[in-house]
Amino acid sequence: MPSRRIPAGLLWPAGVTAALALLPVAYLAVRSVEGGSAAVARTLLRARTLELAVRSLGLAAVVTALCVIVGVSLAWLVVRSDLPGRRVFGILAALPLAVPSYVAAYTWVASFDLEGFAGSVLVLTLCSYPYVYLPVAAALSRMDPATEEVALSLGRSRYAVVLRQLRPAAAAGGLLVAMYVLAEFGAVAIMRFDVFTTQIYTSYRAGFNRTPAAVLGLLLVLITLVIVAAEFRTRGRAAYAMRGGAARRPPTIRLAPGPKALALAASAALTGLAVGFPLASICYWLLGGSSARLDPADLSAAVGATLGVAAAGALLTTALAVPVGIIAARHRGRTATFLEQSTYVGHSLPGIVMALSLVFFAVRYVPAIYQRWPLLVIAYAVLFMPAAVGAVRASVLQSPPVLEEVARSLGRTPLQAVRTVTLPLALPGVLAGAALVFLTAMKELPATLLLRPTGVETLATRLWTETGSGAYAAAAPYAALLMLLAAVPGFLLGRRSLEETR
Amino acid sequence: MSLHRLVAAALLPLALLASACGGGGDGAEDFGDDSLVIYSGRNENLVGPLLDKLKTATGLDVQVRYGDSAELAAQILEEGADTRADLFFSQDAGALGALSAKQMLAPVPQDLLGRVPAEYRGVDGTWVGVSGRSRVVVYDPRTVTAPPKSVFELTDPKWRGKVGWAPTNASFQSFVTAMRVVSGEDKARQWLEAMKANGTQTYPNNVEILNAVDAGKLQLGLINHYYWYEKVAEKGAGGVPSKLAYLPGGDPGALVNVAGVATLKNSKHAEAARKATDYLLGPDAQKYFAETTKEYPLIAGVATAPGLPPLDSLKGPEVDLSKLDSLEQTITLLQDVGLV
Repeated sequence: MPSRRIPAGLLWPAGVTAALALLPVAYLAVRSVEGGSAAVARTLLRARTLELAVRSLGLAAVVTALCVIVGVSLAWLVVRSDLPGRRVFGILAALPLAVPSYVAAYTWVASFDLEGFAGSVLVLTLCSYPYVYLPVAAALSRMDPATEEVALSLGRSRYAVVLRQLRPAAAAGGLLVAMYVLAEFGAVAIMRFDVFTTQIYTSYRAGFNRTPAAVLGLLLVLITLVIVAAEFRTRGRAAYAMRGGAARRPPTIRLAPGPKALALAASAALTGLAVGFPLASICYWLLGGSSARLDPADLSAAVGATLGVAAAGALLTTALAVPVGIIAARHRGRTATFLEQSTYVGHSLPGIVMALSLVFFAVRYVPAIYQRWPLLVIAYAVLFMPAAVGAVRASVLQSPPVLEEVARSLGRTPLQAVRTVTLPLALPGVLAGAALVFLTAMKELPATLLLRPTGVETLATRLWTETGSGAYAAAAPYAALLMLLAAVPGFLLGRRSLEETR
Repeated sequence: MSLHRLVAAALLPLALLASACGGGGDGAEDFGDDSLVIYSGRNENLVGPLLDKLKTATGLDVQVRYGDSAELAAQILEEGADTRADLFFSQDAGALGALSAKQMLAPVPQDLLGRVPAEYRGVDGTWVGVSGRSRVVVYDPRTVTAPPKSVFELTDPKWRGKVGWAPTNASFQSFVTAMRVVSGEDKARQWLEAMKANGTQTYPNNVEILNAVDAGKLQLGLINHYYWYEKVAEKGAGGVPSKLAYLPGGDPGALVNVAGVATLKNSKHAEAARKATDYLLGPDAQKYFAETTKEYPLIAGVATAPGLPPLDSLKGPEVDLSKLDSLEQTITLLQDVGLV
């Protein structure tokens, strides 16, 4: 049962995680205060600020809504229907996560006359619907069919019950999408759609006066917290409705021929656009252009650095997320809410803001790790914490608290009970979260550019170098390798979404 | 808890954990204190080979950190007195001016400064240009027979929706700064507003504008000259349908900006930085700029690449490049107009 009292063994590590996640906010506050209240007011009251905030929120709302529709529909088709080839679609469903959004945006702009709001919506939806698909598919396959049968026996539609039970999973995924879109810069810049982050970047580019950028960053944090709070309310009513490990597999719904053909066409089109198209574009780059050249030493060094730092990032992020995730699943109250919500802050900020805040603190307080691996790994942890916390929380929720209570009645301390009973049960879900962080960290660019050790290149920074000088053919091998490597955890995540669907 | 202790509490255990988890050591070279650290805001593909030559020629132990000029300048400002940079190689004069304004730069030795014409170096002597780049109009000869002779003509209704610019791009902002300085704040504002009203298309950078003109999506674009020559080198002359128009008559659209270097005041390697600057202002490096990156060499006696109009034939506006550090006013102007 959720309780107020949090064991100190969880509270302190979670506190460290929260403090780390809030560092960027401290930095933004320092920089904002430095500028004086007049400068703060001038930035906030500018008409353009409101305009861009509205554009950002509009984009986030539309992309999130589309991702929820696409993610939930696809998950339902894959897990519950007799859609032909559903296993293949299920495995491919997570792969768009392997495509960096800036690469996806470029491939669309280069091939079609597609820009602005519509282009941004298309690219961001295609890149981020897996954030909704994955948790919803997992929730669907765990769902107890008994509740549906009750609904049917009472003359109600089964879908009302299903959708109600999916709400927490869809909302959690939608939250990740919304925050991802708010912080996104590369794809919207290529699509020529100015948003809030554009103004933050421009202020930093000016280099002289960092107050406006900091004020805008704080505003972005505030907007995010409002969205996070809304998601918490959705969750509050339904979070514990999910039952851990249903005894029976839900029945497979047979689709009528017409809807089946339609669903098949839609799924094929989605997969083609989200995975096939960027892949085909990269192949086209690989073949064309005279800048194509390949230095195996450079390539393998970049692969090593990418895998190493992304793996370390996934490890650290998961380690930091475990205490917060357990608290979020098992405890209620202000402290628990604060600890969980604070971990969402970093994810909502553009990478450069987060990176500059770590430059600021590391140079002053821990110069020994500045421009060394550990700081970059910490940056990934701050940026990608929410996905890991969400995964830990969801999988801890699946393991029935009664088992912990039994362990405690046998003389274990609360912390021992968590470690010996709950965590082993939750492990597969926690690892899935780690895979998601690993995948995301491999593609990260702005923080990597500023914080990596001097002379070290990842696949993403090589890609940036090549495209920055207009050498698209030379960029292609790096883009292809990045997608190929990221496809491995993507494949595992997709397969996992099918595990209970045999 | 004080901020200091909170930060130390949050960062230190993590640093240890991260290194223990295999984040530390592997593949990360530990550079000695003897290395000259260059923060390069210029692309590695363009200047990497040059900086390799610099290492060989000077025998210096050089470490280069590549990034975006403005982001690296912001990074140096955040690093403050503890900056790791010895030498900053910036893509434009504005970012150098930014560091100079914050008193972060050391004076360039007089003998080096003297090799470059006065208009291509900081008036306070804290930075020096090493290569020149001209603003140009790129146009599509398939649809444009008479390219404009001034950026002020671009507000003509006949170009409505046909022109591309990159308001967030540093080179563009330097050009607007030049227009502010030369033609006055009001005229610059009027021009920006008229351009906006004329449906001028916004792009993230020069490369995308050039690609859009080549693809026939735009008729005109405001870019730097070398992007066009680089694309010709990549795609071959047949793959680049667009052409360049150099604006005459002191037009702000023909601004000649520089890429330049500066030594950080807190650098412990002032002598090494001097040697590196000396190399970049020597005939080898200047020839490299002319031949490889198609930029303008700035020292006497090094020829411009064939096909480019000579530097002294370019009739850009007469503007003190140091004044390009009044970028903040330009950003404010661009924000007022609603462009950034």
